[in-house]
Amino acid sequence: MGYMKALAAGLMLMQSVLALAAWNNPYPGVDAKKNILYTAFAERPKHLDPVRSYSSNEYAFIAQIYEPPFQYHYLKRPYQLEALTAETVPVPSYYDKHQRRLPENAIAAQVAYSVYTIRLRQGIHYQPHPAFAKNKDGGFRYHPLGESDLDDINALSDFRESDTRELIAADYVYQIKRIADPKLHSPIYSVMAEYIVGLRELADNIKQARQQQKDSVGRYLDLNQFPLDGVSVIDRYTYEIKIKGKYPQFLYWMAMPFFAPIPQEADIFFSQPGMKEKNLTLNWYTVGTGPYMLTVNDPNRKMVMERNPHYHDDFYPSEGEPGDADTGLLTDAGKRLPFIDKVVFSLEKEGIPYWNKFLQGYYDRSGISAESFDQAIKVSTGGDMELTEDMRAKGIRLLTSVAASTYYFGFNMLDPVVGGYSERSRKLRQAISIALDFEERISIFLNGRGIPAQGPLPPGIFGYSSGQDGMNPYVYDWKQRRAQRKSIEDARKLLEQAGYPNGRDAETGKPLLLYFDTTGTGPEEKAKLDWMRKQFEKLNIELVIRNTDYNRFQDKMQNGSAQMFEWGWNADYPDPENFLFLLYGGNKKVGNNGENASNYENPEFDALFRRMKDMDNTPERFRIIDAMMEIARRDAPWVWGFHPKQFTLQHQWMFNSKPNLMANNTLKYARLDPEVRAQHRERWNQPVLWPIVLLLLLVVVSLVPVVISYRRREYGTKP
Amino acid sequence: MTAYIVRRILYAIPILLGVNILTFALFFVVNSPDDMARVHLGVKRVTPEAIDNWKSEHGYDRPLLFNSKEAGLEKITDTIFFQHSARLFVFDFGQSDDGRDIGYDISQRMWASLAIALPTFIVGVLINITFALLLAFFRGSLFDISGVILCVILMSISGLFYIIGGQYLLSKLWHLVPISGYDSGVNALKFLVLPVIIGVIGGIGAGTRLYRTFYLEEINKDYVRTARAKGLSELQVLFRHVLKNAMIPILTGVVVVIPLLFIGSLIMESFFGIPGLGSYTIDAINSQDFAIVRAMVFLGSVLYILGLVLTDISYTLVDPRVRLN
Repeated sequence: MGYMKALAAGLMLMQSVLALAAWNNPYPGVDAKKNILYTAFAERPKHLDPVRSYSSNEYAFIAQIYEPPFQYHYLKRPYQLEALTAETVPVPSYYDKHQRRLPENAIAAQVAYSVYTIRLRQGIHYQPHPAFAKNKDGGFRYHPLGESDLDDINALSDFRESDTRELIAADYVYQIKRIADPKLHSPIYSVMAEYIVGLRELADNIKQARQQQKDSVGRYLDLNQFPLDGVSVIDRYTYEIKIKGKYPQFLYWMAMPFFAPIPQEADIFFSQPGMKEKNLTLNWYTVGTGPYMLTVNDPNRKMVMERNPHYHDDFYPSEGEPGDADTGLLTDAGKRLPFIDKVVFSLEKEGIPYWNKFLQGYYDRSGISAESFDQAIKVSTGGDMELTEDMRAKGIRLLTSVAASTYYFGFNMLDPVVGGYSERSRKLRQAISIALDFEERISIFLNGRGIPAQGPLPPGIFGYSSGQDGMNPYVYDWKQRRAQRKSIEDARKLLEQAGYPNGRDAETGKPLLLYFDTTGTGPEEKAKLDWMRKQFEKLNIELVIRNTDYNRFQDKMQNGSAQMFEWGWNADYPDPENFLFLLYGGNKKVGNNGENASNYENPEFDALFRRMKDMDNTPERFRIIDAMMEIARRDAPWVWGFHPKQFTLQHQWMFNSKPNLMANNTLKYARLDPEVRAQHRERWNQPVLWPIVLLLLLVVVSLVPVVISYRRREYGTKP
Repeated sequence: MTAYIVRRILYAIPILLGVNILTFALFFVVNSPDDMARVHLGVKRVTPEAIDNWKSEHGYDRPLLFNSKEAGLEKITDTIFFQHSARLFVFDFGQSDDGRDIGYDISQRMWASLAIALPTFIVGVLINITFALLLAFFRGSLFDISGVILCVILMSISGLFYIIGGQYLLSKLWHLVPISGYDSGVNALKFLVLPVIIGVIGGIGAGTRLYRTFYLEEINKDYVRTARAKGLSELQVLFRHVLKNAMIPILTGVVVVIPLLFIGSLIMESFFGIPGLGSYTIDAINSQDFAIVRAMVFLGSVLYILGLVLTDISYTLVDPRVRLN
């Protein structure tokens, strides 16, 4: 009886201890009610240097830290640029080849140079950083460092002193010069070298200097000693960029982290001997003027960003789209940013732990993986996607948006069978375009998360039309007020007109055999490939899958030996040029190493592209895009595929979330209620103790016969 | 014994060289330096110029094994193989292809691997030995048969099932431990409970069955019969005689894996988000980072050889009849 009382007392004690904190809380208990956002990253970032970084998983960090001169308005649509560290978004000045000033509405053919003059806001300061720390005599505290000075240093936080400095125009110019440094492998160098005056020459000069410097590896090379004709500092807060021709999209590039400022002190600081050996590099340690600064930098486990104490005045927008006020998106209008003190990113490679932690309240936001889709989303009677009862009961909210991306099925236009511009090959491609039922594919493999593409432009990009105007008439018919895929009979007729009646070559009588190159492996990919075969079987075409590894696939694409393939593109900026250039002949992969993977080249299309690309968003530009779409749809170098739909879930304690597909610096707008989160976490994560008790009892009960048996064997007696 | 150890270390050099050449050959059969550059530079806007720059920057613009353009010894030394692999022999792992110091990363990540592997190993061995002794004690009984069946069942279940099942029950359903993650110092403990439990349970089946076999082999020997004839109790026989003698084969399996505990578990670390050397290797393979793959294979080989030497030495400690010469 006494034992039972003790056991009960023990259990009660345990229960009371457990009530204080959830056992499964992956974070320190003391942080439970703090204003901290918890999120995750699935892949270790490779580069945090804004001159190199070019992927969304890296932008999740650096876009909160580094500030280019411009940003996208958080709420307004269509996407609009606004000033961030600049005073205004500049209107470029145009000049002809004789350096004569042209009017603002000058046509691209007249413009030899465009000049952007960027005036920065004064009083913006960098985050605290040891590179800025100074001695009493005014010299830098940590550069140059002696041989033994790094003995006790393993992370940036090990430097005891730090300081700040005001942002100046020279920092932006320095970063633009870094784009040309071959050692830094900036992915936009080749594009920028086409436009920024003198960038290519600068790259050559730096390359030569680096060759001469080879004997002293790691020594700092001062980029400021090399002139860059097209970029200059006008005064402390003003700089100027001169580009060749007229290129309105250049402003969008300047809203990307590639054009964020880098203080020269930081580059000198990290270039010191011994730094690289401890992974202390500008590629891993950031120094910016943004709302957050990286305080824990362990890409193998977690990254922590904290509020930058020197962050400049920045306020939540007061205007948005119609309806934003109703959904509470303007509640915080005019309030100072950022709202959240700290953001903890944990490395979470697997989808199941991520999803379960989200349901337990330990992550504030989550995407929806294929495994958890049915648990989260149901299709309503009207065919709409909505949250399941369980999700709604938890107060979870769903945000959806169509990504500024396109995924397509491409034909290699250099291929003798599916490529070319003859009526025969065109009709063959059109027939396949009808047969490949992307509505079905979206439904089966994407759980409905996508919209079938009618052309290369996704919604939200200038030039995109919805409804009947935007329909691809070669694949769809407008029936019952919606686009409906043409029948397979229509496709068969086209195939017959192409010279392949019933899938056989009319001249030779041989069955039509086509090849699809892919890197897909695994069960899900196999299902997709089976689906693909079935689509071609509708036309009696035999599809041969040529499965290969990623490297060989890239080789095939480079040398144009793939016949059909799948490819995709995510927008760099919200301009039709960024999608239509994928079909421009000058960008062919074969020969030009461009992004035109289909190697499509239609002189009519190309001429229109050249006219359209430098134009402002005018009705005339819209008409040109329409004409280009018509040509591309008729030629059908792609089966237009789909634009994916993004689904994001967030808990009830998160506010101000609006999908913005162009802006990456959106963390500063997010707000959360830590009190509500703490209450829900506690309620959802009460430890269940009976399994432990049961296990202990099982062990005891199973030991009894063992002990009895032992005593019998040893002593021949009963206990 | 010193001469023996020195000889074993000297034997290790050609083995390690062979491992290095094999790793190198296998890696470059699948990947060319151009492929590696493409993976590291990303998929957007990659020009041939950028690829050439990357190769030059990382030393992959040399010939693989033999440089016919150079003279003398440089025909061998001015190659990718020599430049990237020779330094390994002095444990200079160099830099990964994304510019991080590999030696530093290994020194940071091995502790996380050890934090899981060491308790899993120690607790696992103790439980396996105890359970196997119990089965041997009750050999032929219903308890023994049930135990063996249980072991076979445990062995037959996939490791992945233990991980997902463990996460589902202990973390999702019962809220007893965090489902994944890791922290430094004492805070790491709560993250280690689940992977250690899963690791131990996953290893019970195979370990217990093996050790039980060792015990049964010993139990039927003459000296055990003599011990029983002396009037010793069954427990005394098991612990004083059988256990000691069965330790020799047990040590063979146990000591050899001790150095490999540093290498970590590929699946476990990935599923639990443990930043150890196992996940380091997997990430490197996925990102085609030859520098890390080469370093980890080399390290694994060194540790395996070390394990074998330690096993030989441990023989002399537990069995006075064994002498190393």
